[in-house]
Amino acid sequence: MNDIVISVKNLTKRFGNFTAVDNISFDVKRGEIFGFLGANGAGKTTAMRMLCGLSYPTSGSGSVAGFDVMHEGEMIKRHIGYMSQRFSLYNDLTVWENMRLFAGIYGMTKKDTEAKATELLTQLNFLSERDTLVGSLPLGWKQKLSFVIATIHSPEVVFLDEPTGGVDPITRRQFWELIYKAAESGTTIFVTTHYMDEAEYCSRVSIMVDGEVGALDTPTRLKQEYGVESMDEVFRILARKAKRGE
Amino acid sequence: MNAIEVDNLSKSYGKVDALKGVSFEVRKGELFGLIGPDGAGKTTLFRLLTTLLNPDSGSAKVEGCDIVKDYLSIRSRIGYMPGRFSLYSDLSVEENLNFFAAIFGVKIEESYDLVAPIYKHIEPFKNRKAGKLSGGMKQKLALSCALIHRPSVLFLDEPTTGVDAVSRSEFWDMLAGLKLKGITILVSTPYMDEANRCDRIALCNEGSILSIDTPEKIVQSFDSKLYGVKAKNMFALLESSRKFRGVVNCYPFGEWHHIVIDKDFDIEALKKENCLIEGFEIKSVDASIEDVFIKLMKK
Repeated sequence: MNDIVISVKNLTKRFGNFTAVDNISFDVKRGEIFGFLGANGAGKTTAMRMLCGLSYPTSGSGSVAGFDVMHEGEMIKRHIGYMSQRFSLYNDLTVWENMRLFAGIYGMTKKDTEAKATELLTQLNFLSERDTLVGSLPLGWKQKLSFVIATIHSPEVVFLDEPTGGVDPITRRQFWELIYKAAESGTTIFVTTHYMDEAEYCSRVSIMVDGEVGALDTPTRLKQEYGVESMDEVFRILARKAKRGE
Repeated sequence: MNAIEVDNLSKSYGKVDALKGVSFEVRKGELFGLIGPDGAGKTTLFRLLTTLLNPDSGSAKVEGCDIVKDYLSIRSRIGYMPGRFSLYSDLSVEENLNFFAAIFGVKIEESYDLVAPIYKHIEPFKNRKAGKLSGGMKQKLALSCALIHRPSVLFLDEPTTGVDAVSRSEFWDMLAGLKLKGITILVSTPYMDEANRCDRIALCNEGSILSIDTPEKIVQSFDSKLYGVKAKNMFALLESSRKFRGVVNCYPFGEWHHIVIDKDFDIEALKKENCLIEGFEIKSVDASIEDVFIKLMKK
């Protein structure tokens, strides 16, 4: 198996004469927690959409989960997991029904679904709630459930777009423990966040500035390089370099 | 003198108790923060105080006016910036501002000194449709429109949610400027680190207030000893620390894990146990608002 799960080279996206993503290159290894940061308007969303097969780059090359970002968007979509910042499970379906629905969309067999869903709910200590309507669950549980459902088809990489926005401090941390566990078992995590303490939990962090990768390294080395104590300060130094408005 | 007085306010939506008997006061000219996650009841509280909803029980006054009986006089005195962008997307920046001025029957010039420090950031784009603005610019336009009639009390519902760290601190700088003009500000946020920008805060969770005080006093109320630990493998350290004698709670906190301890904890024993762990370090740390919040939630 290839140990590079995401690899992009000179990836660029232009809208008319505006270059939203400007020549970015990086690799993400299997089992890494890759933090993808940037100020509003730095090009994070555009870059992430290309990596998820939702839009094609104007130029550049690369692969995600073994598929070509220039041509195989549909295949990429089938082989990645994705969790959006907005809660996207069905409130009027039960926990189990939601799991069956998403497993079905990804083409899993009934038998595999049964086994995987049971395994995930057991890990979460949530098997007793399998017939509970998702709409009646506390927000924190919905969030954790969204994450495990995003991994139900055992994707090589899961994209998390601000997964912890508005979540209470305890759930936020429980959520990160789920991420740690998934990464330890070999799932690659690609995550965006506005919480700078969460940047410290990542294996490596990329910070986008004006459509480019302004910095990319482990949190420890980034802090050393900029001579500061926290990722928050690293972020501030880089974000202030931005020339283009939001 | 209080600008806002809230007495035992409750509101339910069907079976969901959004607000469970909340009481607090905001003094005139104060910058008061409601700090808490989604589902804390912050938005419901804003809708009650801005007279968009009526409470099930309890009462509240804004500038001395009752939120049920005197709702009309409240509406002309307050500025409200809802959590969701609610200006007109198909009007330009300038048209939106003119529209809100016209609704309140004021001239922009009358409050320009108030609006200018914020509006000047978006004035270069005054002919752009509001729907085509970036998140940060929409936020500035919404704040400008909320100020156009020189309100004495400003209600800002999660103005910085989803906004990056740098833009967030710029927004708080703008609020500090408005406070200097004597405006009372009630602002909500899910970001605990913003609490320190407020005069006083209420920590809220699931429809209740956990604690109300100045940020300094709230931090001082954390009555246990707190340590920070780190090692090369942070996840393993988290699990091992939780099992250690005298550790009440251990949770990730950025670069370090925080350890809350009780009297059975022996720091030398922990150091000894971890002396062979790669990169192990331990230090004493001061509690932050977030540590207090976690502790109050556990109660």
